[in-house]
Amino acid sequence: MENLDNLEKRINSELTTKIKKTELKHNQIYIEINKDDLLDVIIFLKTDKNTKFKQLIDITAVDFPENNERFKIVYMFLSHEFNQRIVVSYFISENEVVPSLTAIFPSANWMEREVFDMYGVSFKDHPDLRRILTDYGFEGHPLRKDFPLTGHTEVRYSEENKKVVIEPVKLEQNYRSFDYESPWEGTKYIKEQTESNDKKN
Amino acid sequence: MTKKIKNLNLNFGPQHPAAHGVLRLILELDGEVVEKADPHIGLLHRGTEKLIENKTYMQAVPYFDRLDYVAPMNQEHAFALAIEKILNIDVPIRAQYIRVIFCEIGRILSHILNVTTQALDVGALTPSLWGFEERETLMTFYERASGSRLHANYFRAGGVHQDLPAGLEDDIAKFCETFPKIINDLENLLTDNRIFKQRNVDIGIVTKQDALDYSFTGVMIRGSGVPWDLRKSQPYDCYDQLEFKIPVGKNGDCYDRYLCRIEEMKESVSIIKQCLSKMEKGPIKTYDGKISPPSKKELKQSMEALIHHFKLFTEGYRVPKDEIYTAVEAPKGEFGVYLISDGSSKPYKCKIRAPGFSHLQSMDYLIKGHMLADVPAVLGSLDIVFGEVDR
Repeated sequence: MENLDNLEKRINSELTTKIKKTELKHNQIYIEINKDDLLDVIIFLKTDKNTKFKQLIDITAVDFPENNERFKIVYMFLSHEFNQRIVVSYFISENEVVPSLTAIFPSANWMEREVFDMYGVSFKDHPDLRRILTDYGFEGHPLRKDFPLTGHTEVRYSEENKKVVIEPVKLEQNYRSFDYESPWEGTKYIKEQTESNDKKN
Repeated sequence: MTKKIKNLNLNFGPQHPAAHGVLRLILELDGEVVEKADPHIGLLHRGTEKLIENKTYMQAVPYFDRLDYVAPMNQEHAFALAIEKILNIDVPIRAQYIRVIFCEIGRILSHILNVTTQALDVGALTPSLWGFEERETLMTFYERASGSRLHANYFRAGGVHQDLPAGLEDDIAKFCETFPKIINDLENLLTDNRIFKQRNVDIGIVTKQDALDYSFTGVMIRGSGVPWDLRKSQPYDCYDQLEFKIPVGKNGDCYDRYLCRIEEMKESVSIIKQCLSKMEKGPIKTYDGKISPPSKKELKQSMEALIHHFKLFTEGYRVPKDEIYTAVEAPKGEFGVYLISDGSSKPYKCKIRAPGFSHLQSMDYLIKGHMLADVPAVLGSLDIVFGEVDR
């Protein structure tokens, strides 16, 4: 993992304009790219003899509802040869369609299905874009920040109809989220980081 | 005159004991040969990631026990490490040893379950009876340390919740002496068993290339001859101070994966022994009062401790804005946590990377062309637990 600096330089020099931002932290490299360059960047990372990120570890998304570009799509790769990890990400707006990685990494199939299921992001050229974790006939995308924690529907077995019925959620008491954050000056206790962040701002 | 023959569609599960949980596997059969397998998962989906976003960091720990519920503490470990790296805090050495001991106990728990139930799937009843007795002993160790046999909630950012009770270290040491004999007994039953070999050798072969393409980790990739173990290659806690070997398979079939698991259990016993001999008395969690709660004694005397206690159990500790991916070598493969913190006391996003998810995904590729009777054998050797696949 010593060669992270070299890796960063190499990625920057090879991909130049395709890279928006690189950052080294926690012994990993985090890069931000443009959506349109995704396939080029991934193929480079996978095949170049100095990177060899041959294993796709995971794909996920992050929801920032207040941003114009609402979703951040995140890919994590692992290189066995060089013992390095890379996290690739880019931002998209709500209705944008994203290229699928299934042709490059077969294992992207279910990971992209999960992102589709949880966030409603569609993938172009995906062979089988169905829901994966939620129930058959489920509506909505649970991991979006505007989806309520308690959900919209609940199921029960109805003795009258002799089948399972889906009904709107009825709670005895609404879900309560308490605000414990201190009304006073607040805790600045996580020393260096918060201070340095404050200075930047 | 020609007759039209239609392929048969068969529902395997979700209530089948060999499906290892709630897997609905839709098989397309041509006679007895499997043409296509379509696993339907999500029947145990509980929305763990959504729940974690609504809880403080300390309240989120128990959810990790409920993922891979046969090796709970390994998962807590990944989450604890992620927070520690963001907060940049050190873990006392005794706590590191305790965590490694319990992770290895978790590995043994998981491997016993997998080896014996896979044997059960292919027709051997006795191994599970012998193996489960040992699991019970190990779970009492869990109980004595954490108060609970399964859902431990024991690891914290900065250490563990409390020190080991008196006598536990001796009892774990005693177990390390007796357990190798049990592994031998299991091996006597299975390793050279003609039926077991007929059902497993050359079944479900994974090549090196496919292991990479399908994101296999853990035993699934080591069984195919890739010596990759995060405990060695990206050591966390005190693994770099311990000596252990990484068993690697040759052919990548179900039988090799079985052998890897047996060898790993032996290595785990040796790791636990080393930890026990190196362990000394000392603190078991970080002294930083802003992160770990004060002791009961301090609480009675110190105003500051009382304030810390109150703030930690209402607001929780805050984690500065950051992004991190951390992985540990769980018994089933690489278990990772992708954490985004926003400076508040709740995670903004916590993606859980479960090894079983990618393993199960390859079911179609693994089983194509095999007989129906091989489905439980392959499924068993994938080591699937639905708590983590469905999350």
